[in-house]
Amino acid sequence: MTTYLVGREKVREYAHAIGETSPLCHDVEAARAAGFADLVAPPMFACVYSWPALAPVVLDPETGVDFSRLVHGGQEFTWHEPVVAGDEITTEAALKEKAERAGLGYFTFTTRSVNQRGELVCEGEWLNIVR
Amino acid sequence: MAEHREVTVTPDRYVTYRYAGASGDFNPIHLDDEFARSVGLPSKILHGLWTMAQVARVQSDDPLALKSLSVQFRGLGVPEQEITITCKPGEDGVVAVEAVQNGNKLVRRGKAVLRI
Repeated sequence: MTTYLVGREKVREYAHAIGETSPLCHDVEAARAAGFADLVAPPMFACVYSWPALAPVVLDPETGVDFSRLVHGGQEFTWHEPVVAGDEITTEAALKEKAERAGLGYFTFTTRSVNQRGELVCEGEWLNIVR
Repeated sequence: MAEHREVTVTPDRYVTYRYAGASGDFNPIHLDDEFARSVGLPSKILHGLWTMAQVARVQSDDPLALKSLSVQFRGLGVPEQEITITCKPGEDGVVAVEAVQNGNKLVRRGKAVLRI
């Protein structure tokens, strides 16, 4: 389990990197006028706050993933409460399923992220394939 | 309901560097052509999650409209080549999404659900 503090400039940097131009993600006044405490994180920012919790589970020798042969096979996110700059997001990650088919290893991980008020913000399912 | 539409996005030459910094994913397959070729890739490749972020972004002008998104990653994306994202809303409120670059499906069986 990790807790990630969402920084205002990190939200801007991430939004810029993915080409998100919504004023909610760049302009604090616009975000406040829309009723948010600060800049709003784009939905896919979920990767940023959940990965620190997931990485140790993926890399755990007991999981048995050879990281150099890892391919990202699929990804699913469900979003709940909005995430804004200043939020502290706590994520729990787990290995859900491990299977082998046709010489490939299929690893499904889950993440569940809540904010500082304990409200659910995002659930993720990450499918990784080891060649 | 969103209309059926196609959006094109062309990742510029340096997008993988910006995304690496923003996301913290500095895997050299995304940053270094020589390294990428040494592990059997054609050149440095796009981050799959960057491509997924494009699929997410084109669903609505409102970044909070997206309720859920699931994708399968297939082909490997490269910088400086146009990507076409196709969104087909279904009867059930689920938008079927694909992202294709040079005939190569980067994202297939994408399913997006928007808040009403």
